[in-house]
Amino acid sequence: MIAISGSAIDAHVHLPVVDAAVVELTRVRRTFRGVVALDDFSLRVQAGTVAVLLGPNGAGKTTATRLVTGVLSAEQGTVSTFGIDPTGPAGDEVRRRCGVVAARPALYDRLSGRDNLVYAARLYRLGANAPIEASADRFGIADSLELRVGGYSTGMKARLALARAVLHDPDLLLLDEPTSGLDPESSHAVLGLIDEMAAGGKTVVMCTHLLLEAEGLADQVVMMDAGCDLLAGSPDELVEQIWPDPIVVFDAEDPVGLDQLADMPGVVTYERGGGPATVTLDDVGRVPDLVTTLGALGVRITRVSPHGPTLEELYFAVRRVGRSGRSRPLQGVDDAFARGEPVPFSSRDGLTKSKERAEASQP
Amino acid sequence: MTVVTAETETRRPGRGSWRRQRSLAWTIARMDLRQLWKSPDFLVPMVVLAGFFFVVAPSVLLFAITHVHASSLVTKVSDTLNLLPSQAGHAIAQRVRHASAAAKTSYALAVYLFAPLAVIVPMTISTAVGANCLVGEREKGTGEFLAHCPATEREIYTGKLIASLLPGYVTTLVGFGIYSLVVNVIVGPQVGGWFFPTSSWWVLMFWVVPPFLAITLSVVLRLSARVKSAAAAQQASGLVTLPLIVVSFGVATGGLFGSQNGALWFGVAAWLAAFYGLRRGARAVTRARLLGAEGDLG
Repeated sequence: MIAISGSAIDAHVHLPVVDAAVVELTRVRRTFRGVVALDDFSLRVQAGTVAVLLGPNGAGKTTATRLVTGVLSAEQGTVSTFGIDPTGPAGDEVRRRCGVVAARPALYDRLSGRDNLVYAARLYRLGANAPIEASADRFGIADSLELRVGGYSTGMKARLALARAVLHDPDLLLLDEPTSGLDPESSHAVLGLIDEMAAGGKTVVMCTHLLLEAEGLADQVVMMDAGCDLLAGSPDELVEQIWPDPIVVFDAEDPVGLDQLADMPGVVTYERGGGPATVTLDDVGRVPDLVTTLGALGVRITRVSPHGPTLEELYFAVRRVGRSGRSRPLQGVDDAFARGEPVPFSSRDGLTKSKERAEASQP
Repeated sequence: MTVVTAETETRRPGRGSWRRQRSLAWTIARMDLRQLWKSPDFLVPMVVLAGFFFVVAPSVLLFAITHVHASSLVTKVSDTLNLLPSQAGHAIAQRVRHASAAAKTSYALAVYLFAPLAVIVPMTISTAVGANCLVGEREKGTGEFLAHCPATEREIYTGKLIASLLPGYVTTLVGFGIYSLVVNVIVGPQVGGWFFPTSSWWVLMFWVVPPFLAITLSVVLRLSARVKSAAAAQQASGLVTLPLIVVSFGVATGGLFGSQNGALWFGVAAWLAAFYGLRRGARAVTRARLLGAEGDLG
């Protein structure tokens, strides 16, 4: 239960939120002129965590973040941010506590960087002591503050947008494809900010389709497709959920010989592109037997190592299961788990094809 | 489950206090005005338009009538002035009874025939600004920032209204001041001293023009919130404001030619229409439309 007490909502006093969930979307549906953007979508983000919404373009990630700030309203389901309905009378208090970095920098090009920050400071009622210099300095644009934003590079604009988003020290930071089109230095600044915010106890929700940038950052990953949440959980939980069996990588002087592993006892799935083989086992204790058997068959093993799947591998595995002919992606994932089907490890199309090509090239 | 105390709910912080609303609305307006100020492609046409209508055209015409002794021109203009309503004719006869034909003609021109200036200039400028102000935010992507900021939709609307209204009205007031100087300097010596502005012009400038400007902007801002592009907004605004300009021109001219009471009542009606239009117009501005998520007409 969230209890908001006190006689009035003061512009500068944060509402006491007892519940740990900063963002809670429950079975939300939103359409745009008949096109479904979100359908039966749920999201729960705990305070002080980093949640990453992963999905292809059009998956509904941006719509989800817009629902969080109350900029859009849900047609069905409930939305709660800091325990408040963001489209209700107290919605402005929610927006005051949010910092948003949109996919487009949303800056006033004719004005200087300082003008843009001053404008934000006034809208957020920061007064004369707004940390404009400090914020610009934090993102390395202090020297360009007096220049017109129209002359900024893409990276500088992104940095300015970030500086503006955190100017009022928001409790919740929403980032929509924040590193899209950025140089490595600017991307690093963005990811550094997320780390910093999370370390400071702030909550971060980030939309991206770039899996690498979510790797290592996310406390919670929500995989989305066609407006639905396919899966949600910490990366470790998701790996455990999709690949409960241990995954081991085998390499050999002649990797073709590794293909014999596919028929050996204890091997749940076997995949190999041109090089090493990735094998899912029912028990990690089978590794010594497998190595011995391969050796007896004349395969000279050069490497045996456990494999922790990356977020990218996880993403493509979920996507492939989700797409496998079901009416709804979520249903596809649920059905696969319900039947206890093993999810092929390298389900990314590119990898499968590379394997097919490797096999086709064999004499 | 969320429990919000009744007191919190009744406070309705979304609406905010009047002072808060005014403050944030002014912040938004000031930002827009600052951008306009830094846009030569907007400033130059605005100055040229106001300069031509308030300074160049009246100066040339009045100077020609009063200082260039071209009797045929005076006769032609005098003939046109005969078409003025009798009330205006009496007023001219009373004010400049003993003056020459050229002086009477220039007086009539200055007081009566340049009334459209007071309407056309502010409406043209404010329509241009207003048509772009909401759809422009969307096109530039800055609508996203505005939509996520803690200002209420009403504050955003009020800010945009102020930012659209001020350039046109201030330009008109400045132009009106310069126009007053011009006609007094050129025509004044001919009619026995400074005579402008007349009481009808004061009523026109401060009682009739502002509500018509507000009515126009209430329509233009609604369009700007709903159309897909700035070009479409300009096009639609032009079509919508043209009849409004004609009506307000008729009212302005009628106010000058007729009795002052008539102009005052026209003003009252215009203010009422303006309040109604602005109230309805405010509903057109939503956060979703600032994003372009529901930005289509219809």
